[in-house]
Amino acid sequence: MEQILANGIYLGAQYAMIALGLTLIFALMNVLNFAHGQMYVLGGFVTYTFYGQLGWPFVLALLASCITLAVLGALIERFLFAPVIRRSSREESTMLLAAGLAFLFDAVILLVFGEKQRGVPKIVDGVFNWDFRLIMPYDRILICVLAILSIVTFILFMQYSKTGRALRALAQDRTAAQLMGVNVARYSMIGFALGAMLAGLVGGLLVTITGVNLGMGGPTSIKAFMMVMIGGAGVISGAIAGGIILGFMEAIGLAVLSQYGDITYLLIFVSLMIFLAIRPQGLMGKPWG
Amino acid sequence: MVGPNVDDGAAAVRPVAEAQGIMYFPYAFPKELYTAPASNAVLGMVANYQSGPAIYKYLKDEKGVKTVAFVAANESDPLSQRDGGIAAANALGLEVVSDNVTYQVDTTDFTPVLTPVMRTQPDLLVLSGVSPANAPQLIRSARELGFQGIISTETAQDATVLREGAGDLANGFISVGGASTPEIASDDMKEFVKRYTDMFGEYNDESNTKVYALEYILATLNANPAGIDDVNAFQTTMDTFEAPNPFMKGDAKMRYVGTTSFGQKRQIAVPLVVNVYQDGEFETLFVAEVD
Repeated sequence: MEQILANGIYLGAQYAMIALGLTLIFALMNVLNFAHGQMYVLGGFVTYTFYGQLGWPFVLALLASCITLAVLGALIERFLFAPVIRRSSREESTMLLAAGLAFLFDAVILLVFGEKQRGVPKIVDGVFNWDFRLIMPYDRILICVLAILSIVTFILFMQYSKTGRALRALAQDRTAAQLMGVNVARYSMIGFALGAMLAGLVGGLLVTITGVNLGMGGPTSIKAFMMVMIGGAGVISGAIAGGIILGFMEAIGLAVLSQYGDITYLLIFVSLMIFLAIRPQGLMGKPWG
Repeated sequence: MVGPNVDDGAAAVRPVAEAQGIMYFPYAFPKELYTAPASNAVLGMVANYQSGPAIYKYLKDEKGVKTVAFVAANESDPLSQRDGGIAAANALGLEVVSDNVTYQVDTTDFTPVLTPVMRTQPDLLVLSGVSPANAPQLIRSARELGFQGIISTETAQDATVLREGAGDLANGFISVGGASTPEIASDDMKEFVKRYTDMFGEYNDESNTKVYALEYILATLNANPAGIDDVNAFQTTMDTFEAPNPFMKGDAKMRYVGTTSFGQKRQIAVPLVVNVYQDGEFETLFVAEVD
């Protein structure tokens, strides 16, 4: 039981971080960013390059991932999403753009980094072992703590900073925020950059545990969408709740149902379908959008 | 035809090849492709149900392995390799303590997957049909969960990927190598590796298995040119065919084998090389032959 709880907390923290960036972008711009998983992978490869290949300190490499993805996010919003949103009121336009970006990123990653699984040296050696009842490598504990700290920092930033308040106003009512003097174009770009930066941050953190490869983007996006659907699209607290719920469902399922084969995700998907049939807006989303 | 290299691809090719009189050299393991009444497929490498028993027997005899656990991705090839491995382990008298834990192929964190397996405390953990992308993470998770036994697979792996993904934790990991090692590679083979490396940047020993098929086809046709458009002539030649093996040192021969596994000669004879990973490189554990 202790091991299941620890696995659940660890998985939940990393999943929540992945979902945060996705839901932030959705809340601000009503954009389903299908390229979120690829941004996560790109963040992992940036950390791999600077930390694993060039020997930079891990913290600096992580910072490089954040900056790279933030700049990339800002450019994507300014030169791709903003013009499309301005010229087209059809939601599928941005969806197709996001899907196209996902393919583009996959192709670029393949060209630049290749198709192989890549990994970096462990940032902390050693394993915490409590009488074989709870085993957790120290690097996972560190990553889990860093993920939780990042989530808390993000919440505080959104709650108390001027930028955070502007972003929340934008998410609640774009027109009202504009009437109150919020520079919508500027804060949309900042919000998208922040969402992409979160993807880069979690990619950089997790490359030390899971490594990174080209194929991770799509499945990561699917999991992120599941978490957002569970918690409620566009709700920050919902994304965190969705991530933690998915993390615990996965940890419990893999431990309890292992003798029945790989049915954990089958049951998770079935549960999600039933849940969405009953509560399509998710746990914390509003039925009216 | 050389290929296909996956089970379902080879199964799809079979009716076409048999109807059109095409010999094909798949890198797929299902026995029905090579056993009668099938006759047109020739296995181009060593199958897991041939390498598995060889590895398990070595580990049983040399390392005292008694219990074994299997973990596989939830996909047709790994599951089929797992089932073959379980049968081979049972036939050798090993106790299979865990055989139903599977994982999604896109899994990135294997600690929750392996936790129940580790509770069974096997002497040997077999990563059935594991891909090079998943192998380092599985090894790392198993070691971090305190597993001190032997980890092996019947698939070929990539030393660079293991080094980056698992580091020293991968030391002792046993996998199947290519059909050549420095100890047995001829000058022709070394030259091939050099040209391949010059062209593509790096050489993975696993692709050594792919060197052979074309050479076998050409040498068989050289022995009996009628086989070029007569599949029966080609098959008849296979039964007695023998030619010098240009990729191995000494007087090694190219010949068709497989009678033990398939009841007919529907496999090319390539050496079974079993490697152990140590400090960033593969070392040859043993070399064997398959009939």
